[in-house]
Amino acid sequence: MSVLVLVEHDGGAIKDATLATVAAAAQLGEVHALVAGNDIDGVAQAAARIAGVAKVHAASSSALEHQLAEAVAPVAAKLMKSHDAFLAPATTTGKNIAPRVAALLDVMQVSDILSVEGPDTFTRPIYAGNAIATVKSSDVKKVITVRTTAFEKAAAEGGSASVEQVDAEDSSGKSEFVSMDASESERPELTSAKVIVSGGRAFGSSEQFHALLDPLADKLGAAVGASRAAVDAGYAPNDYQVGQTGKIVAPQVYIAIGISGAIQHLAGMKDSKVIVAINKDEEAPIFQVADIGLVGDLFKIVPELTQKL
Amino acid sequence: MKVLVAVKRVIDFNVKPRVKMDGSGVDLANVKMSMNPFDEIAVEEAIRLKEKGVATEIVAVSIGPAKAQETLRTALAMGADRAILVQTDEEVEPLAVSKILAKIAGEEQPQMIILGKQAIDDDNNATGQMLAALLGWPQGTFASKVEVSDSATVTREVDGGLETVKLQLPAVVTTDLRLNEPRYASLPNIMKAKSKPFATKSPADYGVDTTRRIETLKVVEPAKRQAGIKVGSVDELVERLHGLGIAK
Repeated sequence: MSVLVLVEHDGGAIKDATLATVAAAAQLGEVHALVAGNDIDGVAQAAARIAGVAKVHAASSSALEHQLAEAVAPVAAKLMKSHDAFLAPATTTGKNIAPRVAALLDVMQVSDILSVEGPDTFTRPIYAGNAIATVKSSDVKKVITVRTTAFEKAAAEGGSASVEQVDAEDSSGKSEFVSMDASESERPELTSAKVIVSGGRAFGSSEQFHALLDPLADKLGAAVGASRAAVDAGYAPNDYQVGQTGKIVAPQVYIAIGISGAIQHLAGMKDSKVIVAINKDEEAPIFQVADIGLVGDLFKIVPELTQKL
Repeated sequence: MKVLVAVKRVIDFNVKPRVKMDGSGVDLANVKMSMNPFDEIAVEEAIRLKEKGVATEIVAVSIGPAKAQETLRTALAMGADRAILVQTDEEVEPLAVSKILAKIAGEEQPQMIILGKQAIDDDNNATGQMLAALLGWPQGTFASKVEVSDSATVTREVDGGLETVKLQLPAVVTTDLRLNEPRYASLPNIMKAKSKPFATKSPADYGVDTTRRIETLKVVEPAKRQAGIKVGSVDELVERLHGLGIAK
């Protein structure tokens, strides 16, 4: 079986999510990588060095510059004539592009897989991870998105794949990129951080959220996350959100502060190795999944913790 | 312009789903069902477009069992103008749903179709993108802001921040959580909704084969985490964190 993996990149570097996707793909067959973008020779070379990648298909054109789904999907669909499966990370990029590829191929996508059980059988979370389904796809070709926290990452170095240029068609012109308002942060990325400190609505304001959490995160070299309630209240930007429909994280240590633990939030972090919860309500559901809990007032605890660490 | 919104009847988001003992699925008997929360946001956005004078008519569509009628009535009570129920007792996958919606789009000729980005039951996050592909339309997924003139400018919630794209119309938009806060239907509007036009169809009316491509072999509960220990002080917590090797 030959498997085409969508490489997620920012024009310069390959995102870690790609490496987990390559690992999942390697369980299905020979891994080929698709790098779509503009002026992406460097990315294609980097993709060729990923352990386990046998071939890189590089599609470069100005229409692919911002990797819009409308432009990338036809390129992927065309390459699928000579591949048996298409895998993309279940990130916002992969989730935007993969179903579009699936529909072009008349395939029902298998979303967000947790494991490969066989060539057509996978497990995936449903109902916010409250149930795990084992599913079997009867489509001849497969289109799959991969929950990247569920797979060990392939090594970024060690491969020596060949790079082949593929024709990139012009954009249909039906969509165009306008702007990207990127969250600037010196901290590690949420989805690849070893430690995450995450805050909820209990912080009461954006000022207090940052005044209390940022120093703690700095001390721990941690990424900062947030519950939906905190993001909705404007304490933190959207890309901080951890949960069913936000980011799925599985760090070594997840410290949930002032987060009660709605099932939608637990869905995004319950595979963390160690969960620490700080909450003033000792009945909060977060304590049912926490390895270490501390009941008390976060406004007293967090500064003391930051100082003593 | 005409706007189509697609809504799905799902388990209420406040209910904790329980896996059936025989591993065949999630138990939905006697469980509160509601409109998928992202679809409520889609309906609300369509209504706001109408209130701004951009949209002229809102057609709500649902594909599901007879009881999905209630979901559509909710959409009508919120402010949709008419409803189409494509009735089936089978579970219809996103690919077939998007094929039916594409057929309806062919008949209705909307300038915009708004859908929730994902249903909170099967968590696929696929229907909107598939629909856009089938129609050859551009897509603005995970929208947190939508502005419509002779094109649609959509701000998208992406992993690295917020991305803005400009889409030619007609276009597909899928909603994220912060696009708007859906209104509650008032009692008079709930009464009024009862007399709004309501059509009932079947997948066969649209010539769409809804045979499932994905078979569910079994459904199990995820491994449970054991509740751990509670510590009594910050000092104890610091000691534990040092023990985990995360703090210097």
